[in-house]
Amino acid sequence: MTPIVDIQGLSKVYDDGFVALKSVDLTIDEGEILALLGPNGAGKTTLISALCGITVPTGGMARVGGHDIQTEFRAARAMIGLVPQEVALEPFEKVIKTVRFSRGLFGKSRDDAFIETTLRQLSLWDKRNNQIQELSGGMKRRVLIAKALCHEPRVLFLDEPTAGVDVELRRDMWEIVEGLRQSGVTIILTTHYIEEAEAIADRIAVINKGEILLVEEKAALMARMGRKTLRIELAEPVAHVPDALAEYGLDLTPDGLVLVYTYETSAARTGITRLLTNLSQAGLVMRDLQTTQSSLEEIFVGLVKEDAA
Amino acid sequence: MNLTAIKAIYVFEMSRFFRTLLQSFISPVISTVLYFVVFGAAIGSRIDQVDGIDYGAFIVPGLIMLSVMTQAIAAASFGIYFPKFIGTIFELLSAPVNFLEIVVGYVGAAATKALFIGVVILGTAGFFVDLHIQHPVAMVAFLLLTCISFSLFGFIIGIWARNFEQLQLVPLLIVTPLVFLGGSFYSISMLPPIWQTISFLNPVVYLISGFRWSFFGQADVPIGLSLLAIAGFTALCLAVVWWIFRTGWRLRT
Repeated sequence: MTPIVDIQGLSKVYDDGFVALKSVDLTIDEGEILALLGPNGAGKTTLISALCGITVPTGGMARVGGHDIQTEFRAARAMIGLVPQEVALEPFEKVIKTVRFSRGLFGKSRDDAFIETTLRQLSLWDKRNNQIQELSGGMKRRVLIAKALCHEPRVLFLDEPTAGVDVELRRDMWEIVEGLRQSGVTIILTTHYIEEAEAIADRIAVINKGEILLVEEKAALMARMGRKTLRIELAEPVAHVPDALAEYGLDLTPDGLVLVYTYETSAARTGITRLLTNLSQAGLVMRDLQTTQSSLEEIFVGLVKEDAA
Repeated sequence: MNLTAIKAIYVFEMSRFFRTLLQSFISPVISTVLYFVVFGAAIGSRIDQVDGIDYGAFIVPGLIMLSVMTQAIAAASFGIYFPKFIGTIFELLSAPVNFLEIVVGYVGAAATKALFIGVVILGTAGFFVDLHIQHPVAMVAFLLLTCISFSLFGFIIGIWARNFEQLQLVPLLIVTPLVFLGGSFYSISMLPPIWQTISFLNPVVYLISGFRWSFFGQADVPIGLSLLAIAGFTALCLAVVWWIFRTGWRLRT
């Protein structure tokens, strides 16, 4: 399958010598949602800006839909929609006019029916004649999405689309993103909210100090790098972990009622069956069992720390 | 050429103008009336004629040029600076448009606004003085070229400016004095020889002189020189704008 976004050795060094991107290689398949994770200043926005034409790369190349972003910028940019990090909108303009402007700017002739559909999908149709300054923060973010979608892009960049919005709106936004994916739009999402990537992304790319640290299927990443813990609640408290169970490296809670076993999900044998057998042989009686999996956030923090070390 | 994008920019910019149409219309009318009251009635009554032209009529071309130049600069500089200030410039930079299309859209809208102001002042002046335009085609050509060239200049200022103070700096400290000292309200020939020589270093003199020639057939400098000056100024501004977009100066990082 030909990737819809193909980045090879893309670099950006600013005039003051700051290296924002270090020879980034990344391919993104059509129809997928890729979450680009990274701490502040990692290069997420620079990467998106370079692909969209806002920042001029100093090395490497990138293609969008097979079109070089510099030599065939018209064809490449026509395929891209960008929702920026900041809510940047003309405050005195009406919603429908600003959306029409965006469509025209991308060379598409006026299509009121399509704009109506887009605004209805984003619950903005009733607000179409309102000035931008009259809208709530959440509505403004929706207008940004409408502007990015109104020229029917095949690739949509969402640069921290839910930064600073409440939980309800964030979930609304996830539903919108899911709807876009179903309509065939490829989505590249940068976010600080790991739970966001965990909830909606197909693949995760981690970037730090201008370098891509890894790109992997979300499920595979969590399976490969995720750790699980098994909490064993005991019927009676114990003073210490029995010697027969020493090999499992169990932790005992201060009240003596819970044993915590940590294991790798990717390991061929987790050792749970044997642990439970040994537990019984040691004369301990279980009252309950509970497993929890480490989140993507923990994986992400671990990766970035590893890179810093 | 992405004509749809040019139209989109032009319509969007003009909608800003139409939102404040009353202000856009009334402001130049009031200014013109005030100029005629002060220069025409109060001072003009003491000046009989300039180069054989009634003083009231004499100041009309200068008055139009003064407003057209300042309005063209203000409209174009604000037009491109405002998206930079509020951050919507990202949309322009990420759109499939080249520099020429952006310039035609923004400068075209600013020039239209300036032209509108010029026509309003001309119409208002008609209520105060008896105007006969000797070379109407040349008058329209001069007016259009001035609108376009000063809109280009304003566009450059808008890109250069990093804040509102800088946005006002060039128009207030350079353009307005040059226009006032460029023979808007007097003939250069009325000045002492040394000031005449200094005045000819002022590029605005050539524009006002040429424009006045289109009205009365008389000018401070030959009409060919005026045409050359405005053509040269337009070409210079176009070259600077082309360089800005080629290098991304103060636009792209």
